[in-house]
Formats: sequence, structure tokens, C-alpha cells
Amino acid sequence: MNPYLHQPIPLEWYLLLSATLFVLGVVGFLIKRNLITVFMSIELMLNAVNLSFVTFAHQWDAVKGQIFVFFVMMVAAAEAAVGLAIIIAVFRARATLAVDRIDLMKL
Amino acid sequence: MKYHLWLIPLLPFAGFLLNGILGARLPKWLVSTIALLAPLASLAVVAVAAMSVFGGASLPYVETCPLGWINAGTLHIGYSFTLDQLSLVMLLVVTGVGFLIHIYSVGYMSHEEGYWRYFSYLNLFLFFMTVLVLAGNALVMFIGWEGVGLASYLLIGFYYKKKSAADAGKKAFIVNRIGDFGFLIAMFLLLANFGTLTFSEIGAQLALNPAWHGGVLTVIALCLMLGAAGKSAQIPLYIWLPDAMEGPTPVSALIHAATMVTAGVYMVSRTHFLFDRSPMALLVVAIIGAATAIFAATIGLVQHDIKRVLAYSTVSQLGYMFLACGVAAYSAAIFHLVTHAFFKALLFLAAGSVIHGMGGEQDLRKMGGLRKKMPITFWTMTMGVIAIAGIWPFAGFFSKDAILYAAFVQGGSGRVLWFVGLVTALLTSFYMFRLWYKTFMGNSRSPEVHPHESPWTMLGPLVVLAALSICGGWIGIERFSAFLAPSVSHRVAEAGSAQLEILLSVVAVATALLGWLVADRFYRAKPGQAAHLAEANPAIYGLVLNKYFVDEIYAALIVKPLLAISRFVLYWVVDIGILGGAAWLLGGTAVFSGAILQRWQSGNLRSYAAWLAAGAAAMLLFVLVPWNAVWPISMDILGKVAGH
Repeated sequence: MNPYLHQPIPLEWYLLLSATLFVLGVVGFLIKRNLITVFMSIELMLNAVNLSFVTFAHQWDAVKGQIFVFFVMMVAAAEAAVGLAIIIAVFRARATLAVDRIDLMKL
Repeated sequence: MKYHLWLIPLLPFAGFLLNGILGARLPKWLVSTIALLAPLASLAVVAVAAMSVFGGASLPYVETCPLGWINAGTLHIGYSFTLDQLSLVMLLVVTGVGFLIHIYSVGYMSHEEGYWRYFSYLNLFLFFMTVLVLAGNALVMFIGWEGVGLASYLLIGFYYKKKSAADAGKKAFIVNRIGDFGFLIAMFLLLANFGTLTFSEIGAQLALNPAWHGGVLTVIALCLMLGAAGKSAQIPLYIWLPDAMEGPTPVSALIHAATMVTAGVYMVSRTHFLFDRSPMALLVVAIIGAATAIFAATIGLVQHDIKRVLAYSTVSQLGYMFLACGVAAYSAAIFHLVTHAFFKALLFLAAGSVIHGMGGEQDLRKMGGLRKKMPITFWTMTMGVIAIAGIWPFAGFFSKDAILYAAFVQGGSGRVLWFVGLVTALLTSFYMFRLWYKTFMGNSRSPEVHPHESPWTMLGPLVVLAALSICGGWIGIERFSAFLAPSVSHRVAEAGSAQLEILLSVVAVATALLGWLVADRFYRAKPGQAAHLAEANPAIYGLVLNKYFVDEIYAALIVKPLLAISRFVLYWVVDIGILGGAAWLLGGTAVFSGAILQRWQSGNLRSYAAWLAAGAAAMLLFVLVPWNAVWPISMDILGKVAGH
């Protein structure tokens, strides 16, 4: 029998995983050129935050954190719908998804 | 007894507003009715006050607007009007003569464009003039003082399409500004030394300090005199008045002969307690007056424009009034002011009638023989000419005689002033009879013009003013100065006697008659002699004809350097260089910094994201790092900055 099996996983592990995922999201957002990858990085950041919400909800035996997660997922779904629509519109207009070339706001 | 003094200025002001706003849409008869009713109503209010004063009501009567005006610390200045003997006499002249000239204007201006504009300006003038006269303190007087200047400017430039008229208006305004500067400085000095601008309080403070003489009082008096010299066309600021003749002739009569130009004399009399404490200021006033009197009279000798002759004559007569002020015979000055208002208004209006009849001709050389064509104008103007020449028993005799007598009995410098005055009287008599002969006697010099007598609206005021020019002086200086005594002193030295007075009168009348005889010889008996004399002395004649080149000297000494400084220093250096440079510097900085900062707005999504991440990281750093432990002082500095 694994002596660790009945031990609860420590809080820090969850948080470290959450932070790692978040930083991966940030880095992906900054260095990736493809718009869809950038978009996925945003989702990664959102879910990293969701993970820490759930962790704390479990830790404190409070339901608020879980409710927040539902809200975030809802907003993320809406954002995904709008964001993908924008991406399609951009692709139709510019025939590219390279972030560096989508710079219409540039002077 | 309650007088409602505020009605006196406000009624003409109402006329100004009505005609000024609605006049263009009203029929002519309604414009004239409004314009005539306003001064008539003012005259009625003044007349009621005069009746009760002559009936024994006590003066001065002070009326102050209950709302107050300037209340700053210990300084309190209100809209206060004062009715005393001096302002009552002046009000009678202003509203009385003003009303007559309004009537005359109805006839004179009937064919003019901008009829309503003319009458609204004229009412505006009466408003400001009555404010000036009624003022109980120097600041209210200054409102009227500036206001009559404005009305004068508007009316001189009434024919604004004519460049000379517009220029003359500007000249009058600018020259008057120099005088106003003196008035302002005097007011500041009064505030600094007396703490009040109310005339009666200044007089009371001076009465409490009988030993206070000269010094700052001299400075104040001289500054006031500078203001008076501007308004009343005295040397060195007289140059605007002859040019002011560009305005319509009734305006010349009302503003530039009878009322506004005498405001300086009135102001000096109003503040006589200051002049009385400064013998030097009095001497300056007397010298300026005498010099102006004879200087302007010599120019008047040779002018060809009928209105310019009268204009120089006005300058000269105003010089007489200042001469009287300078020998502290203020009531004689006011007496001459009153009679001068009568006969000079008459002369101008009669000249206007002549110009009207001649179809706009003002040149004496083209007139002549108008005696038969315009009999009423001829007879009334004759009365005016005799009156200004100072021949007994016309009005001018009494007032001019009072001034010459007051100067003579002062002794010393007074004798010189008397002699200058006497010579001026000779010149006055000569040039007035010259004008009279050239206009009315002999044969017409322009046969193509068919003069006609003026309408009754013009002749009526002429007749009334002619009667006043005859009888206006009969009250006599003794009774007049006794009436004015509570307001202004009449400090005539005791050296005089009845015999001396009669002797001086005889000398004065003889001088006036001599002037007439010379004019008669030059312009009737031997018509060519004047021209012959002019040809024999071309240098002197040219000098006088060109008004001693004073305008040219002022142009070279003041106007041209001023223009050059304005153009090169003020325009190129100050305006373009400093002010424009500062504006360009501000704008340039904004453009330059914008050009740098716009690089930040790259439009590149990843750069925005990077800045966002950097900001978030910085905030995390700020919150999570225990700064107190890392750098202990840092939190202290932050706390001090936050103010704890």
C-alpha cells in the first residue's frame, strides 16, 4: 500500500500547477504568432485561474470559489464565440492569422 | 425737498436706448419726438429743482444709489449725485442749450441718412454730460467724462464714410486719452492721500488742515489740469478740437462749443479747493489759459472755413475760462462758461444755418451777401458776434470783463495775464467781424448758389439763443458769484475799486470796437488790403494759416516715433518675437513629444500585451515584496509623500 495514497495532496501543489499553467499562457500569448494559438493561450490563463479558485474553495470548504469558476467558464464561452467570429472576420479580410501583420491600428 | 436727480441723466438714456435699438424701424417724426421729449423732461426736472433753489431750498442736495458700488475695505465709492449751486448752473446750461440744439437738429438733419443714429448719440451725450455734472465723486465724474468723450467720438465720426471725419473722431479720442491719463493719476493720488474721491469730503479734509499747501496737492492739481486740458482743448492738447468740426454742425455747437469742452473748466472749479492750495498749479493754469487764448485767436484770424474760425474761437474762449480759474476767479470762469455757451452755440447754429442755406459750403471765400437772403440768420448771428466781441451790453461783455478785472487786480503776473487777455479780445473782435463781413456783407462770391432761409425748427433756437446772448450777462458777476459762493470761492483781491472796474470796462469795450473798425477797414472799406498785407508778409501769413505747423510738429515728434516703435519694437520684437515665439514653443513641444510618444501606440497586439504583462508584474512586485525589510527608508518616504 502506498503510504501516501490516503494523504491529501498539499495546497502548494495545486497552486504551483495553476501558476505554471498561467505563466505558460502568458508566455504563449507573448511569443506565439498565430492568432488561434494566442487565443488558446488566453483560455489557458483563464483555466489556470479557475484551478486556483477551485483549490481555495476546497481548502476553505466554501462554495463561492466554485460559483466563480462557473462565471469564468460562462464568460470564456461567450468570449470564445465572439473571439472566433472576429478571427474568422480578420482572416477573411487579411488572408492571414499572423498577429504581427494584423496592425490596422498602427499610425 | 426731494428732487429725483437720477431722472436727469436717465431720461436721455432711455431716449438713447429707444432710438438706438428701435430707431431704424420707427418713422422720422417718432424718432424726433422721442429725442426731443427726453431732454425736455430732463430740463423740466432741472427747472423744478432750480425753482425750489431760487425759492430758498437749501443746498447741497446729495443723492446716492442705495445699492452701493465699490466696497473694498475702508474704500467706499457709490453712485452719488450732488446738486449744488455750481452743478445747478451747469445743468441749466447743459439741458437748456442741449434742448434748443435738439430742436435745431430736427431741421438741420432732416435730409441726412442715419437720422435716428444721430439722435440716439445726441441723447447718449446728454446722459453722460449730466452724469459728469451731477457727479458727487471723482469716479462718477470720470464715467461721465469718458462717456462724453465716447459720444463726441461717435458724433465727430458721424459721417463715417468720409475718411477725414473718421480720422478726426479717432484724433479727438486719442488726444483725450492723454488727458484722461492725467485725470486717472490724479484720482489715484487723491485716494492715496485722502482715502476718498468724494469732492465734499476732500474739501472738508483740506479745511481741517489749513496749513497743507503745495507738494502732493500741486501734483494732483497739475494732473487734473492735464485732464482738463485734454477735454477743454488747451495747449498742448487743443489740436483735436478744430478737426472735430468734421461732425455735423449742431454737434459742434452742443459738444464742441457749449457743453462738453467746458467740462474741464467745470472740473477745475469743482476741485478748486485743491488748486487754491497750490499757487504754482494756479499759475500754470493761468499761463496755459492765457497762452491758449492768444495762440488760438491768432490762428482764427486767417482761417477760411467758417466752422474752423469758430473752433479756434472756442479754444481761445476756453483759454479765457482757464485764465479766470488760474487767478482763482472760478465764478467768473463759470459765468463766462454760461454766456459763452449761449453765444457760441448761437454762432455755431447760425453758421450751420448758413452752411445749410449755401448747400453745404463752408468756405468764407465763397460766401458773401447773405444779409438779404437769410435775414433772421443774419440778425441772430450779429447778436452772437457782438456778444463774443464783448461789447456792452451784450452777454460776452459782462463775463469777459469779469475775467479781465479779476486778472488785473491780482497784480504782478496778473497784469501780464490781463494784457494778454486784452490783446486776445482785440483779435477776437477782429476775426469775428471778419467772419461776419465775409459771410453777410458785400456781394455773393458764388452766384451759382441760391441761398435760402432755414426752416423754423432751426430759426427758433437761433432767436432764443440770440435773446440769451443779449440778456445772459445782465445778472452781473456780483450777483452770480454771490449765488455760486457756497460752491466755489471768488477770490478777487481787494485792490480793486469801482472806478478801476469802469475804467477797465471802457478799455475792454474800446478794444473790441477797435477790432471791429480794423475788420471794417479790411473787409468793407478797402477789401484788397487784407490780401495785400498777407502778400507782404508771406512767412508770417503762411505760418499762421498752417496753424503754426503744430500738427506737423506733433506728427514728427510723437506720432511717427510712436508708429515706428509700434511697428518695429512692439510688432516685430514683442508680438512676433516674444509672444509669437512663446506660442510656437508651446505648440512645438506638444508636437515633438507627441511624435516621440506615438511610437508607444504601435498598433502591434503583442507589444500591448507585453506592456500589460509588465504592468501586472510590476503591481505584483509592489504588493508581494516586503519593501520595509528590503529598504527600510522607502516606506517612510512614501508615508511622508502621502502626508502621514
